[in-house]
Amino acid sequence: MGLQAIFFYLFAFVAVASAFMVISARNPVHSVLFLILVFFNAAGLFLLTGAEFLAMILLVVYIGAVAVLFLFVVMMLDIDFAELRSGVLQYAPIGILIGLIVAAELIVVIGGSVLTPDAAKAITMPIPNPAERTNTAALGDVLYTNYVYFFQIAGLVLLVAMIGAIVLTLRHRTHIKRQNISKQVGRTPATGVEVVKVKSGQGV
Amino acid sequence: MDPFFSIYVWPAIVMIGQSLLLLVCLLVFIAFILLADRKIWAAVQLRRGPNVVGPFGLFQSFADLLKFVFKEPIIPAGANKGVFLLAPLVAVTLALATWAVIPLADGWVIANINVGILYVFAISSLEVYGIIMGGWASNSKYPFLGALRSAAQMVSYEVSIGFVIVTVLLCVGSLNLSDIVYAQKDGLGTMIGLPASFLDWHWLALFPMFIVFFISALAETNRPPFDLPEAESELVAGFMVEYGSTPYMMFMLGEYAAIVLMCSLTTILFLGGWLPPVDIAIFNWVPGIIWFVLKATLVFFMFAMVKAFVPRYRYDQLMRLGWKVFLPLSLAMVVITAFVLKLTGWA
Repeated sequence: MGLQAIFFYLFAFVAVASAFMVISARNPVHSVLFLILVFFNAAGLFLLTGAEFLAMILLVVYIGAVAVLFLFVVMMLDIDFAELRSGVLQYAPIGILIGLIVAAELIVVIGGSVLTPDAAKAITMPIPNPAERTNTAALGDVLYTNYVYFFQIAGLVLLVAMIGAIVLTLRHRTHIKRQNISKQVGRTPATGVEVVKVKSGQGV
Repeated sequence: MDPFFSIYVWPAIVMIGQSLLLLVCLLVFIAFILLADRKIWAAVQLRRGPNVVGPFGLFQSFADLLKFVFKEPIIPAGANKGVFLLAPLVAVTLALATWAVIPLADGWVIANINVGILYVFAISSLEVYGIIMGGWASNSKYPFLGALRSAAQMVSYEVSIGFVIVTVLLCVGSLNLSDIVYAQKDGLGTMIGLPASFLDWHWLALFPMFIVFFISALAETNRPPFDLPEAESELVAGFMVEYGSTPYMMFMLGEYAAIVLMCSLTTILFLGGWLPPVDIAIFNWVPGIIWFVLKATLVFFMFAMVKAFVPRYRYDQLMRLGWKVFLPLSLAMVVITAFVLKLTGWA
């Protein structure tokens, strides 16, 4: 128990500290790097609670793919920070409002579980024993057996979104040369080279 | 004995000892793999390769190490100093961290975790950060271009590697790396009545995926013919342009650690890990680690040969191969494998 507590406080402290650095770092690339550190520590916290599959998926999806794109965009954009900073106070009311809403939600959730610890068990499915059922299999049960139609619908929504994004950005440019691999491989000396007998002094 | 000692201190000592032993063996192995890479490349081009330091040039890598370490590290004036020095550390730490879950022989694994293959996949998808950070922090054009190329390349080929891993997992039914090797004890060969042999391993049952995985591994580790991040004819040395001495060496070390890791992963997923090629007494007497190292070295030999005789891909060809050829192929194989396993009831 002692070791778990030490690791919990380590991960939690680093996560909170780097979350603070995300919003306070002057360089946006540093912000993204701190964000990656936050994700990493969140994965560590997942591991501590025994959700090993979620921890690894967090690493693969958020750090391995989403944060790479973030980093890409932030590095490529030429952002004028003096201009961005100048108007920061006029967004403060909205920021405070969002902060209050999130804080209220957290208080309701945590307060509810403190006051009535058994309430969560009544509305959620029973958690299988990690020793008998690995949590990869347990998640698979929920996603692919109990809620397979919802899962399929979510997949369809994503597919539509993906096709929409492609349609919006696709443009066919004419007048550019493209490589047609099958045509290129299909060329033979017979079709590719033409032998012409040229009479001297006449040209082709 | 004090319970504190037996619960916390002694397991920690054992774990640290095992990790250090694995790291030292791995680093020495990488030193010789580096030499082998240069020797094979030289032999294909009818050169001698490094042959001065030690017998047959065997100690060349150690001489290189000393030279790198004793040189002065130079940090460009415009560079982002912290990130610039962090990048090679990230590269080498992540590449070595993956080895914690690799089973080298039956039971020879430091952390035998349930989601081993996912851990390997997750950490190797993080390796791109070393490259992006290095390229960005150098504050110069060529490193930045190299870093961007590399990020796009690694992200694209991870997709097909992921699907290849899924097909293997469908056949095995577990994410544990040791279980993947155990599952290859019987397969196609034993099904038609032969004794356990190399025909049972996944390379035969999933042959197209074996090829896709091998080529994707080349692209994922930025090996030729996919070494566009450091295409020296266009980008000088890509993201490594501004690096010298020890930081450069750490990038190289990370790269080769990742290459050896991919060779080991190919061995575990497709070539039966530590299992002997034929189940007869003489082969069974040989320790599993020997078979594992032999197979991984064989895969590395293929890596080195590809480097020696395949010309570099153009960038659009690389992307076409990843997204238009490997992605549909591996996706189709996932579906086909799932159907076959379901209909025949093999899994």
